[in-house]
Amino acid sequence: MYVADSRGSKAPVAPSAGPLRRGAVPGTVLALGTVSMVTDISSEMVTAVLPLYLLTGLGLSPLGFGLLDGIQNGFSALVRLAGGHLADRRGRDGAARHKAVAALGYGLSALCRPLLLIVHTVPLIGAVIAVDRTGKGLRTAPRDAMISLATEPANRGRAFGVHRAMDTAGALIGPLTAFLVLRLAGGQMLADGGERHGYDAVFTVSSCVAVLGVLILLLFVPNRQQADDPSTPAPSLRDSLTLLRLPGLRRLTSCAVLLGLTTVSDSFLYLLVQRRLGLSVSLFPLLPLGTAAAFLLLAVPLGALADRIGRHRLFLAGHGVLLLAYGVLLSPLRGVPAAVCVLVLHGAFYAATDGVLAAATADAVPAEQRGAGLALVGTGQALARFACSLAFGALWGAVGGPSALGWSAGALALCVAGAAAVLRPSEPVVVEENP
Amino acid sequence: MNLPNRTRMIILLVAVLLLGAVGTGAVLYAADRTSRRDQAQPGGPSVASGAVSLDAPSGGRQLLFRNMAWGPHRDEITTVPADHPDGPRTASGVQCLRFHAAAGTGICLQAQHGALEDTYRAVILDDHLRERRSFPAAGIPTRSRVSPSGHLAAWTVFVSGDSYAGSNFSTRTSVVDVRDWNLRENLEDFAVILDGHPYQAHDINVWGVTFADDNTFYATVASAGQTHLVRGDLTARTLTALHDNVECPSLSPDGTRVAYKKRVPGLPADSPWRLYVLDLATMTETATAEQREIDDQALWSGDATLVYALPGDYGADLWTVPADGSGSPQALTKAAVAPAYLG
Repeated sequence: MYVADSRGSKAPVAPSAGPLRRGAVPGTVLALGTVSMVTDISSEMVTAVLPLYLLTGLGLSPLGFGLLDGIQNGFSALVRLAGGHLADRRGRDGAARHKAVAALGYGLSALCRPLLLIVHTVPLIGAVIAVDRTGKGLRTAPRDAMISLATEPANRGRAFGVHRAMDTAGALIGPLTAFLVLRLAGGQMLADGGERHGYDAVFTVSSCVAVLGVLILLLFVPNRQQADDPSTPAPSLRDSLTLLRLPGLRRLTSCAVLLGLTTVSDSFLYLLVQRRLGLSVSLFPLLPLGTAAAFLLLAVPLGALADRIGRHRLFLAGHGVLLLAYGVLLSPLRGVPAAVCVLVLHGAFYAATDGVLAAATADAVPAEQRGAGLALVGTGQALARFACSLAFGALWGAVGGPSALGWSAGALALCVAGAAAVLRPSEPVVVEENP
Repeated sequence: MNLPNRTRMIILLVAVLLLGAVGTGAVLYAADRTSRRDQAQPGGPSVASGAVSLDAPSGGRQLLFRNMAWGPHRDEITTVPADHPDGPRTASGVQCLRFHAAAGTGICLQAQHGALEDTYRAVILDDHLRERRSFPAAGIPTRSRVSPSGHLAAWTVFVSGDSYAGSNFSTRTSVVDVRDWNLRENLEDFAVILDGHPYQAHDINVWGVTFADDNTFYATVASAGQTHLVRGDLTARTLTALHDNVECPSLSPDGTRVAYKKRVPGLPADSPWRLYVLDLATMTETATAEQREIDDQALWSGDATLVYALPGDYGADLWTVPADGSGSPQALTKAAVAPAYLG
């Protein structure tokens, strides 16, 4: 199956028959990575200043409102499934419409940025955020489908790793860009009440960056991916709804859900890191950066490792790494070194599971149903993590944070063992496809 | 798009130039608008540099606040005679986002402009507004108080999580004893007692400390969408809930009442609060005559009058209203926030 498996011989092997050198990342993946990076710069610019903007630009107290998170999560999940299915449908030229649906998703989010210049009340800002998230839900599955279809099966782990690294780089650059714009636009960031010009400049620049992202998608991502075969019939809604009949996908989805149910959300983890490890409260805002930096650095090497040792194996190992992170948190270790350790493990967990799960899903789903298959696994995982957040919050109230984490660690260990049992027999089964 | 590479690159280049021009224009426009804040406005209060002290004034009661008026002294702590609040302002040269002072001690929450991001710190000031010690703060300053004795200082900042919606905001409240610098960095570590029982939750937030003496204080504790007035004990490290739906309490000088923001049912979600006073002996609530939405920790001017900020042309203006529900709101002074009385 994998080309990599035949590389034990001493004779120098000439680049294999495929159109690409082994190891080279396809241009489509780089283009999609650039789109994601640019889009993330745009969205993280807004994310970074939104709290300050609400507080000081609009004079709204953040504790005065709660945005409808629960409903939004459920709705996003449905949108993602719809996005996956619609992307697998075929256009007039017979090609799947991954690019069109992704463009719609990116476009929808790009439209939201200039809207922030004109809406100034909490309900309307909430609505703009909801539309933005709808766009994000819509584009995720088709984008991952295009990455998988553009890449040789043997290299997919690395290709997803490259994409995730570029995506994360954007998330790190965005807040810096926003800060730079605010600084150039007007010295003091924090001017209470009515001082909106600096933020308006951030939203305008963010809009421009978002438009650039959509443009790069339209110009540099091919309409049809090499593994997309127009001669295969377009999947019907029934096909998408019965995807779970594929044994490989069923196993992966159940494992993703099982493990998602025991993956404590980032915000809870950071809260525990700060409180339990005795970190100064002023370090709290830096914790997400630690995870992101580790994710950025490890995404490509771990993706490549997944191609070598097997995606299922690395996906499980990644959750083992998360278990280690829980272990450090529960151990008597304290202080900044322990926190760095937890964050590196947390970032390694993402690097070993996020793109790798998408690559493993691509193995289990035929090309013509790739979008719907990716959406299914991703949605299952997202909903499971949301359920875990609700349960973890309740458990925290009952037994306290550290005990809740102890229970989660136990449950995660059980789920990793269970998932290992479920995934093991499926490893050699890979859906055949025509490159 | 099936375009030749050359065409695609040209389209991209043109787009980058156009979008770059729009972005640059927006930044320049904003910078121009912002720079106007450094010029004094005609008709605004007159502000001049001078000596500002936190000691009990010899020449009558003084009102201190952060000056919001445009001009070179914007954001500086300024002082005016309490009986002449619209008079000329004396600017100290010390910039604070939030400020409070009592008995020769000041607390000043400042932004520090770094190369990659802005950070915040809480600075303890001596009677001549010189820095005694500073503490890093984790987020955007919102409330600050000094105890009547000048021995304790408290501050609250907003910490935003990493989620897009900004809905998982939380607060961090710290208290420091300026005699021995004993710092309680996070009041969330204190034991919360609700309805007589210990209470724990992941979403506990504490904000808006107001001091009764050098051990006892009042504050707001929020969890599970509910806010509670708590009485805090620094030695016992406890927060005991007394009353529901109380935010940003402010204890009267005689210690009998608390002025606070009450979330009144039926008001719009983004302006839910009105100014109330709670009698601590009887737990009776009295609405003040101020009908507008208030988002401030009120200040007592004596035992009968409340001072608070409302949004104004230059950020915020100070207003007063009787604490017993009578009378009507009166404007105190324009372009000012974070007041404190001395003397």
